[in-house]
Amino acid sequence: MSAQPYEALAPAGHYRFRHAARMEWIKLRSLRSSWWTLAITVTGAVAIGVTVGVNTRNAAGDLTNNALAGMVPGLLLAGVLGVLTMTGEYTSGMVRATLAAVPRRPRLLAAKAAVFGAVMLAAGEIATFVSFFAGGLALRHGIAAPSLGQPGVLRAVILSGTSFCLVGLVGLGLGAVIRHTAAAVAVLVGGVYVAAQFIGFIAHGAAGYMPILIVGNSLSTTKPVSCGSGGAAACPHFLPPWAGLAMLCLYAAVALAAGGWLFARRDA
Amino acid sequence: MIEASGLTKRYGATLAVDGLSFGLRPGVVTGFLGPNGSGKSTTMRLIMGLDYPDAGTVTVGRQPYRRLRWPLSEVGALLEAKAFHPGRSARAHLLALAAAGGIGRSRVGEVIRLVGLESVAGKRAGTFSLGMAQRLGIAAALLGDPAVLLFDEPVNGLDPEGVRWIRMLMRSLAAEGRTVFVSSHLISEMALTADRLIVIGRGRLLADTTVTELAARAGGSLEEAFFGLAGESAEFRASEPADFRAGAPSEFQAGERPGRGRS
Repeated sequence: MSAQPYEALAPAGHYRFRHAARMEWIKLRSLRSSWWTLAITVTGAVAIGVTVGVNTRNAAGDLTNNALAGMVPGLLLAGVLGVLTMTGEYTSGMVRATLAAVPRRPRLLAAKAAVFGAVMLAAGEIATFVSFFAGGLALRHGIAAPSLGQPGVLRAVILSGTSFCLVGLVGLGLGAVIRHTAAAVAVLVGGVYVAAQFIGFIAHGAAGYMPILIVGNSLSTTKPVSCGSGGAAACPHFLPPWAGLAMLCLYAAVALAAGGWLFARRDA
Repeated sequence: MIEASGLTKRYGATLAVDGLSFGLRPGVVTGFLGPNGSGKSTTMRLIMGLDYPDAGTVTVGRQPYRRLRWPLSEVGALLEAKAFHPGRSARAHLLALAAAGGIGRSRVGEVIRLVGLESVAGKRAGTFSLGMAQRLGIAAALLGDPAVLLFDEPVNGLDPEGVRWIRMLMRSLAAEGRTVFVSSHLISEMALTADRLIVIGRGRLLADTTVTELAARAGGSLEEAFFGLAGESAEFRASEPADFRAGAPSEFQAGERPGRGRS
């Protein structure tokens, strides 16, 4: 019965971040739902930009901001996709196979965040550039389309494109903290959308720090936002574009750090 | 190859594994026998580093699982529940794991053939029957050609052909000199498959012995010997058939039929 102990032929060295990242990339791309969600998110953002373009009558408005109007609603799907990337591991049981292959959990979460973040960054930039050009082409009433060479325009288009990635990573971190899809989505929607309305109502000054207002009024603008007839008093303090980007990065970093800390310590 | 020492795990008020120590050696099938809820799956999860012990240690080749250099090439595991995403094809699932394990694409094709899933490898795994899902789990376990294999209740829900296939597979893996650890609550299945037995009840070690020796304790009946050991530790027991005053088949726990043990 007792044969010689089996000598497994393991490759030299040990697995690294890139092996985990390659696994996560294959996992992401082999789910049809990932592609559907991305396609709907990007198409929806562009469609909104075009609709706003068609209905624009004010040539003096921020035309770039108008063309990027679809990014804020798109954040919802980006965040949900982030949540699902993590909670799907638990609901399906895949997490057991994933952790069998990559038992170092911080390395796994870093790989997951890197791959998902890169895909969402690409999707976001595609969405903003296509929205910008399609929204410009859709302008009527003799309004000239904005060009990337105008002051602040290229910056607005590129920075807005990061929002899918950053809000998606907030979703990923939340998914790692909460682990249940419905609860994590509820917290995401509550935190990103509802809280923004609520805080805008009760604490006017803090409203500019809310993710959707950062995307809508800091990242995607080419000139400081004015609030119509109410003047400066009616306007919350909106962060400057780069400060807005830093704030979004901070949200993503906090969510991922909390998720990573719990992921490494809890039973899977 | 696997050494557990004083392994203890508590979930809330429940002590799932209680000071469990054992060692597994290569070249034999070691059965892990105990009633439902006795801590078999928890022990498997502790070995795999999915759950953390409250006390004690468990190592694979003297390392805790999370420190393994190429985990899939050192340990292959089929845990009790499904461990794949239903929306992903069997092939994509295995390709993803192979990428993490530094394992070539050709090996993915090999294990798919080995478990007989060629015709459905491109289909979404969510459409698989229980037997096919088990085969996919076994393909994943064999992917890295590991020297240690863990199977948690591998024959649950399988048809007789599937049960026989898994039994032959485990015996041939052990004959190649691998360490094979298989949990079951089915005494008859263990009698056919295992050489050594680790018996637990309520998370505690009841016996660490060979199948032959354990059966000899109760005059040759492994089933009787098991009930002798597990009697005090089983948490839920059905009434003895005598209580119903009819010759109803004896079930030592709801839903489980020990079957006609080869004794």
